[in-house]
Amino acid sequence: MAEIQLNDYAVTADGVVKQFGRFAALRGVTAHFAAGKLYVILGDNGAGKSTLLRTIAGLAQPTRGTISVLGTTSIKNLRAQIGYMAHPSLLYDEMSGIENLRYFAGLYGVPEARCREAIEAVNLDPDLERLVGQYSQGMRQRMSLARAILNDPKLLLLDEPFSNVDFRSAHEMAALLAKIRDRRETLFVVTHQPGLLQSIADEFVYMEAGKITDRSSKLRTTEQ
Amino acid sequence: MSFLEITRATLAKDIRLEWRSKDAINAMLFFALLVVVIFSFAFDPTAEESRRIAGGLIWVAFLFAAVVALNQTWARELRNQVLDAYRVSPAPANPLFLAKAFGNFIFVSVLEAVMTPLFVAFYKLRVLGPAWELIPIALLGTWALVINGTFFAAISLRTRSREIMLPLLLFPISIPALLGMVNATTAVLTGEESARFWIALLMAYDVVFTTASLLMFELVLEAE
Repeated sequence: MAEIQLNDYAVTADGVVKQFGRFAALRGVTAHFAAGKLYVILGDNGAGKSTLLRTIAGLAQPTRGTISVLGTTSIKNLRAQIGYMAHPSLLYDEMSGIENLRYFAGLYGVPEARCREAIEAVNLDPDLERLVGQYSQGMRQRMSLARAILNDPKLLLLDEPFSNVDFRSAHEMAALLAKIRDRRETLFVVTHQPGLLQSIADEFVYMEAGKITDRSSKLRTTEQ
Repeated sequence: MSFLEITRATLAKDIRLEWRSKDAINAMLFFALLVVVIFSFAFDPTAEESRRIAGGLIWVAFLFAAVVALNQTWARELRNQVLDAYRVSPAPANPLFLAKAFGNFIFVSVLEAVMTPLFVAFYKLRVLGPAWELIPIALLGTWALVINGTFFAAISLRTRSREIMLPLLLFPISIPALLGMVNATTAVLTGEESARFWIALLMAYDVVFTTASLLMFELVLEAE
């Protein structure tokens, strides 16, 4: 088996500490994450999962330590290759889904045709004129995922993509994530429903009190 | 997408959002109308007195009303954390700032276009100086209000009481511009002196603060 080179890692964290005032959300995270895999990040509320994702996305700067993404610490320069879905939708409520995606496609320099593809990929109708503010929570989550995959990112960061999504839609979203992983793209998914990703995840990463406490290719039975 | 295209797309998006929600424009118009009516009852001036105080009254009314729009500008980006979607995109920071400033300029200009005839009617104003000079005064004065207002609204974005913070930051720094607007308007209305010096002052103020805002906005946007 070929040895993994350093630049084969999608994300490398070295002693990453992130403090908000006196509260440390990340307390020395050191880890290597290989490219082309689907990682599921698990942990209780306040474990630092979302902060880790925001740090990888470049939305939060580490207080100490370094984080390297796709071979560089200058995350700003590779934003076109990162897709990020947060717990809130990151969409304008007063615009329709396609209007939202057209605007963001412009920021990424992505052709408009890609907006329809992304919306169809999450099983929504691109011609739906309803404003996002009138969407159900599940539809909003799917549209939010469509926005995150709009630029065909090499690294996709998803924070609780299945929350408030019905069972069937959640399985469809999970199947889409499997397809993305099969294209050798790297995914980090923070979720409280790891069972949905049990069959497709490459690794489960357990966090507690701002630290990675365990990594395993199998989901713990207590989490199922 | 180029710098100008992103600015244009963001401006079009903001105008569309305002057209649908009318959050800023309704509040501004109502507020400015109240100020004009209350002032007219409070002072009941003669035609000569009106010409002397009108410059001050109208610009103070516009400044107070503009704060409503300025607060809305960024509040809209905070709902659903949409600002994070811009921050993770490869788009540079300044097109966002310029689009917001141009958007506010348009909204405040609409306010001025609606309120000025009312003001003239309430105060029975007649211009004794070169009336055409009111156009550069209005354009430069409005830009002075919105460029600083947009910048300081962005700074106060993450503070706990941003509605209070914005006037506290904006009003002191607007004093030189306000002095220029009021004196230039009074000079034109009374026809007693030239407004050229005050127009030049406004022009210099606009150049300095536009440049400074553009140089510093990226830091403000990236701040956590």
